[in-house]
Amino acid sequence: MKTLQRTFNDLARYPSAIAGLFIIFLLVAAGVYSMFAIPYSEAIRLWRGGEDVWYQNPKNAAPAWFNYFTEKKLPQTILISSVDEENPVLEKGLAERVATPRESGADVTLTYTFEYLYDEFPKDLIFYLDSTFAEKLPFVAIRWYTPDGREIRITDTSVQLSQTYRFLQDEKLIRRLGGVSPEIGLLADPNSETPIPLKGTYKIVLEGITFEDASTLDAEFVLHGQLHGWAGTDHLRRDLTIPLLWGIPVALAFGLAASLGTGVLTMIISAIGVWYGGWLDELIQRITEINIVLPFLSILIMVGTFYSRSIWVILGVTIALSIFTGGIKSYRAIFMQVRESTYIEAARAYGASDARIIFVYLIPRIIPLLIPALVSGIPSFVFLEASLAVLGLGDPVLPTWGKIINDAQFNGALYNGMYYWILQPAVLLMITGLAFAMLGFSLDRIFNPRLRGV
Amino acid sequence: MTKTTDVQPNDVASYARKAASGTLTRVARYTAMRLLTLFVTIVIGVYLTILIANMGGYVDEILKGDIRERTAISISNNPTYRDYTVEQRNVLIQDKIRLEEERLGLNRPFALRSFSYLGNALTLNFGRSLNMVSDSGSKEVRNIILERLPSTLVLFGLSNLVLFFVSVFLALALSRHYGSFMDKAIVALSPTSAAPPWFYGIFLILIFAAVLHVLPFGGMVDAPPPDNWFEYALSVAEHMILPASALMLASIFLSIYNWRTFFLIYSSEDYVEMAKAKGLTSRDIESRYILRPTLPTIITSFALLLINLWTGAIITETIFNWPGLGRTLFRAVGLYDTPVIVASTIIFAYLLAITVFLLDFIYALVDPRVKVGGN
Repeated sequence: MKTLQRTFNDLARYPSAIAGLFIIFLLVAAGVYSMFAIPYSEAIRLWRGGEDVWYQNPKNAAPAWFNYFTEKKLPQTILISSVDEENPVLEKGLAERVATPRESGADVTLTYTFEYLYDEFPKDLIFYLDSTFAEKLPFVAIRWYTPDGREIRITDTSVQLSQTYRFLQDEKLIRRLGGVSPEIGLLADPNSETPIPLKGTYKIVLEGITFEDASTLDAEFVLHGQLHGWAGTDHLRRDLTIPLLWGIPVALAFGLAASLGTGVLTMIISAIGVWYGGWLDELIQRITEINIVLPFLSILIMVGTFYSRSIWVILGVTIALSIFTGGIKSYRAIFMQVRESTYIEAARAYGASDARIIFVYLIPRIIPLLIPALVSGIPSFVFLEASLAVLGLGDPVLPTWGKIINDAQFNGALYNGMYYWILQPAVLLMITGLAFAMLGFSLDRIFNPRLRGV
Repeated sequence: MTKTTDVQPNDVASYARKAASGTLTRVARYTAMRLLTLFVTIVIGVYLTILIANMGGYVDEILKGDIRERTAISISNNPTYRDYTVEQRNVLIQDKIRLEEERLGLNRPFALRSFSYLGNALTLNFGRSLNMVSDSGSKEVRNIILERLPSTLVLFGLSNLVLFFVSVFLALALSRHYGSFMDKAIVALSPTSAAPPWFYGIFLILIFAAVLHVLPFGGMVDAPPPDNWFEYALSVAEHMILPASALMLASIFLSIYNWRTFFLIYSSEDYVEMAKAKGLTSRDIESRYILRPTLPTIITSFALLLINLWTGAIITETIFNWPGLGRTLFRAVGLYDTPVIVASTIIFAYLLAITVFLLDFIYALVDPRVKVGGN
């Protein structure tokens, strides 16, 4: 307990250690939060989800906080539904519904009102129409009312069970707008030379007729903005907050497990080798030499390509290949010295078993050296996981930072100016790596007497 | 005292001879043992690589399936065989598959083949690749590797050499000005080396290629490549700036920090204090009292640096589209092209073994405390 307190006091003298500890604390808190806020199964469902899960999100949208830094305000996604959902994933407006029954069926008027106060045009305009009927399809007519009072006919159509109407793919609408793409034609200020959006309250009126009493008609209007959520979206409309948040526990767990596994196993194996000596020691030394010949990254890539890309398999192979490296030789040199100490002789004299000597007398001596190595080792493993993901060998199921970078790289994020896509995971990786590296450096100076004062 | 006076000149010569022959046998025995253990190490290491690269024989199944599919498609698409009956065609297909499998040696059991792979690898007889083709159209593994070697060497060789010498000399200077602003800055910046080169590569591409448009995104030369050798070299140099900077940025601070700490530990030795007290110039102190005892370590790390060039940097090359050995190796893994993977491994293993072997002798040369084969 006292040593622990002394270590903390020593650490407090290094500002970089304080900064590192603080960041690590924040990361752990964020990791725990994300694991509780988005349970594992939900995270996987969302991450692996397709258009059905993510249809409300725009593709490749930048994060919403962009607007704080830009003069021109970019549009955000607007959702208005005629169904009042209990707990919608995204904030939704409710359409106004007026229904007047007829002898069979009803006249339904759905009114969608929204404020458009942005300086750029949206990415997409879509109606998701839903209906139930026995034989006769309901019929709708959609009209668009601009803030300056113009009325534009969008379309007249009968409604299938579920039908998607995409404004931008309606050739007739484009022709009616004079060859201008609808997201511009419908929102542009008619008095302006260059197309700029007309700000104000827009209204969409959907007049529907159902022909059966039990028939229903619902519609959800989606305006895809250029910005979305706290982290933006990727090419599959997925909200990047999920992999960014879930990347934290994955990265921390992988880094910690790999570093701890490697460090502790290396220590135990070299201690056993030194204590028993003879052929066991020789064997460990030879295995180390063979392992140094093996190409580490190539083998990991082969395992990822040929066997399994599961993060646990990769973790196991990483640990197995990292045990028998230079570390085992330097630990061995120290254990050789410790073995000759008088207190070991004393332990032998009172009849301590081999296992007791190894675990109670030999290994604790080296823990001060192990701790800085453990902490400093974490970033390299965190980056290793990301590196494999960047090569396309990331875990097929888990959302991780490396996979975001891989997706971004594959879809030419840097060429197409979607910097947020790469920068967000990269900055998180950098922060994580730096935090552990700074703490590790300070610990090294505290525990390693040769570095003291250097 | 009396003993030495008693010794006749003849005896001195015989002692010297005996000592010399003793050294010789010791060195010879040590050399033989060392070579043997290194060789056994290589054999086991390479055999393991062969097993992994073939997934213990499973790659064969993949290859066989691939051959069957390819042959069937090529024959059914070939107009020459249109008039053949289904049976005739099947016979033809089976024939072709058998030939192809024999060509790749798939008809023999894997356990047997793995040893002939091992033999070929150890004698540097790499044979032909399964799928990969060099840019000049050759399927010889040797050509595929040799073709990529220059581009890896020029990028990694240059940047690592610069990195090595810059960090050693800067570290030496810093250890002299211990506690200065530069020194503190390097110590503070050293944790940045936790990130690998490709990571810095992304940032560099973002800044200099995507935002500023001053340097290319990747690749090695402009497309189409310039005819004139001078322009060609200029173009390569331009493409090299970003990957080389990424490689150096990723390790320079840590490297300087490590060398600086290393030199500091040595410069706090008593004999250095003594030399200072004697009034020797700092140049003399550095070259005779600090660099001399640290020479084995410097040589080791330089030698390891040189052989590590061989593997290139798989991910940095991928990010920058640099046509080097690392990317070839990565592609080989993706194509299950075991001959290329094994060739790359065996060359690395040989280079490592030779270096380790030579280092023992170099230590003995530069450090009088070390004796070859001595304890």
